[in-house]
Amino acid sequence: MPTISPASSERSADMTPLCELRDIRVAFGGLHAVDGVSIDLFPGEVVALVGGNGAGKSTLVHTLSGAHPADSGEIFINGERVVIHNPRDARLHGVEVIYQKLALADNIDAAANVFLGRELRTRTGSLDDEAMASATQKVMQRLNPRFRNLKTAVRSLSGGQRQSVAIARAVHFNARILIMDEPTAALGPAETSQVRDLITQLKAEGIGIFLISHDIHDVFDLADRISVMLQGRLVGTVNKVDVSKDEVLAMIIAGKQPGEVSKEEIADLHAPAQHTAE
Amino acid sequence: MTDVPSVVDSRADRPARSWREFVTTSGIDTRLMGMLIALAVIWIGFDSMSHGKFITSRNLWNLSVQSVSIGVMATGMVLIIVSRNIDLSVGSLLGFLGYTMALIQTQGKISVLGLNLSISSLQRHQWYTWILALAVGLALGALVGLFQGVIVAYVGVPAFIVTLGGFLAWRGLIFRTGGTKGQTLSPLDTTFTYLGGAPERSLGNWKTWIVVLIVCLGIVSTILLARQRRVRHGLAIRSTAMDVGFAVGGCAATVLGVWLIAIKYRSPTTNKSVGLAYPVLILIVVTMVMTYLAKRRRFGRYVFAYGGNPEAAELGGINTRRTVTYTYVVMGMLCAISAAIQTARLNSATTNLGVQNELDVIAAAVIGGTSFSGGVGTIPGAVLGAVVMQSLRSGMSLLNIDSPSQDIVVGVVLVTAVAVDALLRVRNRRGMLGALAGGVLVAAWVIQTGRP
Ligand SMILES: Nc1ncnc2c1ncn2[C@@H]1O[C@H](COP(=O)(O)OP(=O)(O)OP(=O)(O)O)[C@@H](O)[C@H]1O
Ligand SMILES: [Mg+2]
Repeated sequence: MPTISPASSERSADMTPLCELRDIRVAFGGLHAVDGVSIDLFPGEVVALVGGNGAGKSTLVHTLSGAHPADSGEIFINGERVVIHNPRDARLHGVEVIYQKLALADNIDAAANVFLGRELRTRTGSLDDEAMASATQKVMQRLNPRFRNLKTAVRSLSGGQRQSVAIARAVHFNARILIMDEPTAALGPAETSQVRDLITQLKAEGIGIFLISHDIHDVFDLADRISVMLQGRLVGTVNKVDVSKDEVLAMIIAGKQPGEVSKEEIADLHAPAQHTAE
Repeated sequence: MTDVPSVVDSRADRPARSWREFVTTSGIDTRLMGMLIALAVIWIGFDSMSHGKFITSRNLWNLSVQSVSIGVMATGMVLIIVSRNIDLSVGSLLGFLGYTMALIQTQGKISVLGLNLSISSLQRHQWYTWILALAVGLALGALVGLFQGVIVAYVGVPAFIVTLGGFLAWRGLIFRTGGTKGQTLSPLDTTFTYLGGAPERSLGNWKTWIVVLIVCLGIVSTILLARQRRVRHGLAIRSTAMDVGFAVGGCAATVLGVWLIAIKYRSPTTNKSVGLAYPVLILIVVTMVMTYLAKRRRFGRYVFAYGGNPEAAELGGINTRRTVTYTYVVMGMLCAISAAIQTARLNSATTNLGVQNELDVIAAAVIGGTSFSGGVGTIPGAVLGAVVMQSLRSGMSLLNIDSPSQDIVVGVVLVTAVAVDALLRVRNRRGMLGALAGGVLVAAWVIQTGRP
């Protein structure tokens, strides 16, 4: 794997982004869930998407993953304009997703879930369950070495194990762009730190990651840049090293740019901030 | 990356420590085992109540033939219910397809709603007449299935409504087919009637043993190939003793079962072994093909994934609409096979062919462990469900219990089976035993008080 320096500040201006979303709009009836948002992502970079509940974060990344195409706007991958109608299109461009509501079929086993929609087959066209099981076992050794329940239905797995299955899917297929929608929301401390290690590792391999998270500490630990959304609009994108947590909270809650907030406003933020950034 | 201990299990060559461990390592379907035990109990129960008339070669042979039609359709119904749909039209569709196939054989033409289709090749009494009839039936079944499936999957009309419409329409269409106003069509092509399974038109002694040989080779090679594939991919394998045990056990059960049912049963006229009936052979083939389709083809995988979580299937890039449509196409073709078997058995087609079959088929699938919440069900389970239902009916007939009482018992058993399943799933052992005891008591009471 090529190791690309996580280059947020020292990146040269003419480097093409791995992925760019321009002026994306999505409306549900009269509700503008995403209203003219533009974000980009460079190789080996983690861009955190933050914002309160219902800010439009999931809806925005769904336009990239093909789960719900945009009403208007453009998507560029490696500088080329692409059209993504459905999850298959997204995968062809190397986009893999770990959905907020884990998109697993509960009644089938881990390997079947990892390969769902992209099954390995033998020459006769039969499912090659053994090849899939062995490939899954290999990825799992990297993600969650204690994972042994390859043959049981995913239903009977723990939250962390289910999460490993969802992540294994993205890792096995060599994602170039990885979308993680609250990947640690359902996890205990041990599993959470596992996922964080994994993010660091994938980043070192040159994969670009959109990370949606409500945990401001996670965001500051893992992200290179932070894009803040509020009510469907982009408040702004900032380099992590240029801002404080308080400034990001002010962006999330009040939609204020980092320069605009006064000391008193930050002091005011602290009580409600506990609730919003749970 | 650190070196993780190989998962090729050290467990594999140790003797199983407990029953639970044995079950998990062997991959035995405990539900199927439970059903086999229930079936054994039913057989023994009826045998003792009828003073030894139930477990006789003749009765079991008839039972095997009578289970086929519902069994064949139940394998398709599993896929439909697993994908969270239903098909209420199978009985009517069976009637319509059976009637059409009989028309080809008796009149050499088809005409539906005033449209005539009399190709010169639709000749009667040719060597290929039965093939032609069967091919038209299968094609028509697939076409009707496609039609219903498209309305369910692409138009978005609930399956219950679409197939309720089909239930009415296909039955009605019988009376507008052939310009015969629904008269009984008889007799059918002689070769075609072999599909019906009369004792004098069965496989006989040596052909039956060839089938047994093929089945046994199939069992052994399946186990062997699966083992090889797992070794090749470095996966944990079952212990050698366990695999040999399964192979020997499977073959022994096949030989013993066939011998008891088909070889020991001698024709009353010629005193020769009757052998397996052709429809039973068809059911065996259908079960194997459908199991393969469900377990080892992408289509089957998608049906189960969609049933388990439609959203996940969609996000996985599966064409869910096409998958749902195909389940109805398969169902339509299975209806054609059952229609051929039923008409061949009667050597005629009547307008009430297949009446109420939809309920029996759904009941068989459900008794066989198919769950209406989607994603759960097995093909062999459904076939076993059909055998359980037919065993109940045939046992009660043997005891001269009238058919309304039979319906009560089948209804009670259906609900009990599902209740037991639901309670087992939440590990409520006491509740499960209560439900089982209650159901059995009510059924026994209805049977006991219904005896003349
Ligand atoms: N399928 C849908 N139909 C109608 N409205 C929707 C749909 N999906 C999302 N919305 C609405 O769009 C808005 C943005 O939702 P979205 O899920 O993108 O928010 P989010 O930022 O991911 O929030 P959270 O942090 O709670 O996950 C919300 O007001 C939501 O109610
Ligand atoms: Mg969300």
